[in-house]
Amino acid sequence: MTTSATPALEIINLHKNFGGLPATQNVSIKVQPGERRLIIGPNGAGKTTLFNQITGDFLPTSGTIKLFGQDVTKLKPHKRAHLGLSRTYQIITLFNRDTLAHNITLGLLGLQKARWNMLRPLATYGDMRTEAIRVLGLVNLEHLADRPVTDISYGEKRRVEIAMAMAQRPKVLLLDEPLAGLSAGERANIKELVASIPRETTVVMIEHDMDTALDLAETVTLLHYGKVIVDGERDAVIADEKTREVYLGH
Amino acid sequence: MTDVTDNTTIAAPPVERRNSGLRIALYAALGILLVALPLFSGDFYINLASQILIAAIFALSLNLLVGYGGLSSLGHASFLGLSAYFAAWFFTRGGLDHTSAALVALLGTTIVAGFFGLIALRASGLGFLMITLALSQVLWGVAFRWASVTNGDNGLSGMTRPMPFGIDLNGPAAFYWFSLVIFGISFVLMAIFTESAFGSALRGTRDQPRRMAALGFDVWLIRWITFVYAGFWGAVAGLLYVYYHKYIHPTSLSITASAEGLLSVIAGGSGTLGGPVVGSILVVMLKNYASAYVERWNMLLGIVFLVIVIFMPEGLVPGTKRLWKRFTGGAK
Repeated sequence: MTTSATPALEIINLHKNFGGLPATQNVSIKVQPGERRLIIGPNGAGKTTLFNQITGDFLPTSGTIKLFGQDVTKLKPHKRAHLGLSRTYQIITLFNRDTLAHNITLGLLGLQKARWNMLRPLATYGDMRTEAIRVLGLVNLEHLADRPVTDISYGEKRRVEIAMAMAQRPKVLLLDEPLAGLSAGERANIKELVASIPRETTVVMIEHDMDTALDLAETVTLLHYGKVIVDGERDAVIADEKTREVYLGH
Repeated sequence: MTDVTDNTTIAAPPVERRNSGLRIALYAALGILLVALPLFSGDFYINLASQILIAAIFALSLNLLVGYGGLSSLGHASFLGLSAYFAAWFFTRGGLDHTSAALVALLGTTIVAGFFGLIALRASGLGFLMITLALSQVLWGVAFRWASVTNGDNGLSGMTRPMPFGIDLNGPAAFYWFSLVIFGISFVLMAIFTESAFGSALRGTRDQPRRMAALGFDVWLIRWITFVYAGFWGAVAGLLYVYYHKYIHPTSLSITASAEGLLSVIAGGSGTLGGPVVGSILVVMLKNYASAYVERWNMLLGIVFLVIVIFMPEGLVPGTKRLWKRFTGGAK
């Protein structure tokens, strides 16, 4: 790991309290460009809360968040998206009434000036449609492009969830439990997809399924009660006594 | 993950051409009927049609917020009433001509909508509804109490109809055609707005505001722009309203006026273009017919609304489409 380069994502002394409950306590994490980082921890460890602070959905009580060296701690979520940050949700968050192609197109539109165009119908942006179909192809769903989200299976929705974020060609991609609720076959599918994400994209992933997720990760951060317990190279974290205590339970 | 499946399915879906000839014929017939209406109806019905057109512009503008933005407002009459008061005051007391008074009304109301949006959009959902209600009640109170300017409960009278290009609008037919032209322009421009890239973003903020922000959309600004745009069309409806009645009273700013608009949108089908128009026909007809026979016409309106909500919770236009599809689908 080169330490001289500016980290893609840097979190310094982050604190978040919900009332009296500390959800994030003194968390500091550095993720280098291109890195594959896995964040693990038992339920309630504060993993998703950490994501929500990185994206700006929640403001931290104190501490700093930097994207490529730029302080984004107080920046609105949509502005962080324009700096190259994208995310997926643990609870599938799609536009159910619309087609898969429309869902992906919204992901493309979000970063383009055309999103302010009040005259031209979205349907006439042929280039965006072509790109949306291409992205759906990456997750093998191009044949369902014109079906509404309500028509597809849960596993397919998980893939659209990731495709929508990938369509934005993010510099930093946050994946919140991309394998949640999937069958073994579907999990292998998503694993292959995540492994195929180009190195220009830094990936930070929350996942419970250690068998699958560990193969994708280079570095691992273990959270427990909102604190970083262990942090470092994958094998070192797995071998660490504290990881066994907190997470693996033996 | 790279094996390409059936390439033929990638192409855009064929536009539904079935019945499209019939559809065009239907729209053409409807258009001719609308234009020709004064030739075969009495003054009462022509005036009723004008009122429907004005109510429909108002409901369509409210629908931008309610149906497409997911922002239910109980204060939209603010913009209709304010625009009507502006026009009437500046024409009868401010010494402006019709064109200037109309421009002041449209511009002034749109600016007020901008301020109201800043306040109301601090919240969404029920909070938004309550703030819009509160703001409209403030205007209503001002209209009632600031008698030296608004003439209070007596309302502002003495308004006349303008003469665009020298055409006298005092006859019912002339005013109807004038309203029809304004309605047509409003309908088309609002339709373009909802179909546009911005309109798609607006619908996105209705369905998944959090995701939209994460995708790079400024959810607040999208809502504010829509609020102001809806306020502008509310002002257009207000201008027609005061030209039609030649008079304006504080009740036009009341919660009842806002609620009638909301009722039209929901009864007809929110988030559709035809819905608010059909809803307006229903509300204005009930108001004019039923009030002749039943004193408590509001109760009748309530019952009709209840029946619609029970049998077609999505509104008359989408509900009828659904039943029609089931009917024709079952027949074949």
